[in-house]
Amino acid sequence: MNPFARISAIAVPIDEPNVDTNQLCPTRFNKLPRGPAYARVLFHDRRFNADGSEKEHILNAEPFNRAQIIVADRNWGSGSSRESAVYALYEFGIRCIIAPSFADIHLNNCYKNGLLPVVLGEAECEALRGQLRDRPGATIAVDLDAQTVTDARGGIHRFDIDPVRKKCLLEGLDDIARTLQYQRAFEAFEADYRNERAWLYA
Amino acid sequence: MPQSIPTCAPRTLVDKIWTRHVVVQDGAEVLLYVDRAFIHEGASHAFDKLEEEGRSVARPRQVFAFTDHYVPTIGRDRGLSGIANADIRNMIVRLHANADKHGIRLFGIDDPHQGILHIVPPEQGITQPGLMICGADSHTATHGAFGCIAFGIGASEMMHVMATQAIWQRPQKSMRITIDGELGFGVAPKDVILAIVALIGVDGGTGHIIEYAGSTLRRMSMEGRMTICNMSIEAGARAGMVAPDETTFEYLHGRAYAPKASGWDAALAFWKTLPSDEGARYDREVALSAPEIAPMVTWGTNPAQGAPVTGVVPDPRDVADAIAAQEVASAIEYQGLAPGMALGDIRVDRVFIGSCTNSRIEDLRAAAEVAKLGKAVVSAWVVPGSQHVKRQAEQEGLDAVFRNSGFEWREPGCSLCTAINGDQLRPGERCASTSNRNFKGRQGPGGRTHLMSPAMAAAAALKGRLTDVRELLRRG
Repeated sequence: MNPFARISAIAVPIDEPNVDTNQLCPTRFNKLPRGPAYARVLFHDRRFNADGSEKEHILNAEPFNRAQIIVADRNWGSGSSRESAVYALYEFGIRCIIAPSFADIHLNNCYKNGLLPVVLGEAECEALRGQLRDRPGATIAVDLDAQTVTDARGGIHRFDIDPVRKKCLLEGLDDIARTLQYQRAFEAFEADYRNERAWLYA
Repeated sequence: MPQSIPTCAPRTLVDKIWTRHVVVQDGAEVLLYVDRAFIHEGASHAFDKLEEEGRSVARPRQVFAFTDHYVPTIGRDRGLSGIANADIRNMIVRLHANADKHGIRLFGIDDPHQGILHIVPPEQGITQPGLMICGADSHTATHGAFGCIAFGIGASEMMHVMATQAIWQRPQKSMRITIDGELGFGVAPKDVILAIVALIGVDGGTGHIIEYAGSTLRRMSMEGRMTICNMSIEAGARAGMVAPDETTFEYLHGRAYAPKASGWDAALAFWKTLPSDEGARYDREVALSAPEIAPMVTWGTNPAQGAPVTGVVPDPRDVADAIAAQEVASAIEYQGLAPGMALGDIRVDRVFIGSCTNSRIEDLRAAAEVAKLGKAVVSAWVVPGSQHVKRQAEQEGLDAVFRNSGFEWREPGCSLCTAINGDQLRPGERCASTSNRNFKGRQGPGGRTHLMSPAMAAAAALKGRLTDVRELLRRG
């Protein structure tokens, strides 16, 4: 996993609550192997016509087609557990999503792929989106170590993140290395558990 | 001073299972032991990652693979060669190959027990009370109906589970949803969960594990409980559960993977300790009265945008919050409806009876009861959830009922719910569907979905529009 430290980049406002993973990655693209082709998959059916020509969509337009940050509304990423939704975001270039709340499974999928989800208040997100609409192409800075978002007007917003998740993102650590440190505890646990629930292993 | 007698605080069903599965704690996270993992063709990303890192599957006997998302629902006698689209065929071929390579039990395309990953494990007794189950699919919550913690995860987490048989999790909040009383005539478990999702919203359960309780649930069959737990994710909760009871035990007894002989006795004694203790506390409580629930349909593009079939399409102008109003307006526009329109006036082009929500034997019986009252006037598909359900339905003559009424009887799979096996709506087509998601384009680009119960979907097939099944049944 690529580490995440800080970025300063163009941010795009998406004024829509409950954006589901079917929008981020329509199901038929789930079978694509991970790679650059996913850049076009993001919001595919809203961005492209059946013949492949572009529709009017904020992500198709300059300067937002170069955005690396999305400022969204509540419950971002609801629905299916497809990790391809994160591949689509990542390959498009998105490295951070700022929203009032995230759907559970998608949130985890972001963390596991080095994409930083930042939770700010509903009013803060709305204000940020307003700034971005007023000044298209404005940049937002996100500093994970300092846990701050600096908005287009220089305003600073602090955010919370679990220390373990922060460390994993900063260092680009994956979970397996962490789990394997506890291999002996795992084996002891399993031996005891198997003994207690022998019927599961008959 | 006398020592006070140590007492254990009353514990919930979730607490009891969660605590027993904690291997270690690290900061806010715990490493949980995973009893069983369920995967489908879409696990290709997880296998790619395993391959990339040169890892193997730690406990292959605790991983089960199902071909369901990509299998065709016709022409199955030709097996793999019956799949014309090479990309789709390849997804199945790859799952078969990966399962074979890693020694994972595969319910493959030709298996006599093939079916949907949320239908087959209960049928086979693989799903049991007290387990920790992870699935590569958000509807894994279904299995919680047996009193286990079951939740969906993405490819990275599934790779981790396959490599270690464990998963890092942070504590979830608890929510109890109590439903009491008798369900009205023509009202099904699907209506209960659609009413719950409409009530608490698509993110009402985020960060929670829901325990469904109350007299309505206690009287409900395992099939009904599975329908309810299945859609927990549509309220944002990754897991939903029902405490195990005699209904659960009776369902499990004698199934292929259920404990046998003395193992059964030991398991049963343990299972009976699982229900929440009297006085256990929940972070949030919600109550519903079953008699007040009517047959539901969704009008919009998320599962909370639903109403009793006797209702109307809402007017965005009645929604106070500007963004919420915009969301309603956008849904109405996509769905090609108008504010104030009676839901019963919405005409449909297609009907789909199937999916991990509603393709079990009881669902097919309920749909057949209605189907036999007339003839389908639009294309109507019945897709059983598994080969087992299909055989049982055929033994009961349900296939004949459907065929005589002009419904198509197809082969088991996810089919038109997830719409990636080639079964899909054409742009603009409108479908009355027993599945779980009505997101824009879910059943095919430009397709429009209305969620409802199997009986309601069958009624829509006979009338060609959304229909209150109670009227049809009363007229009989």
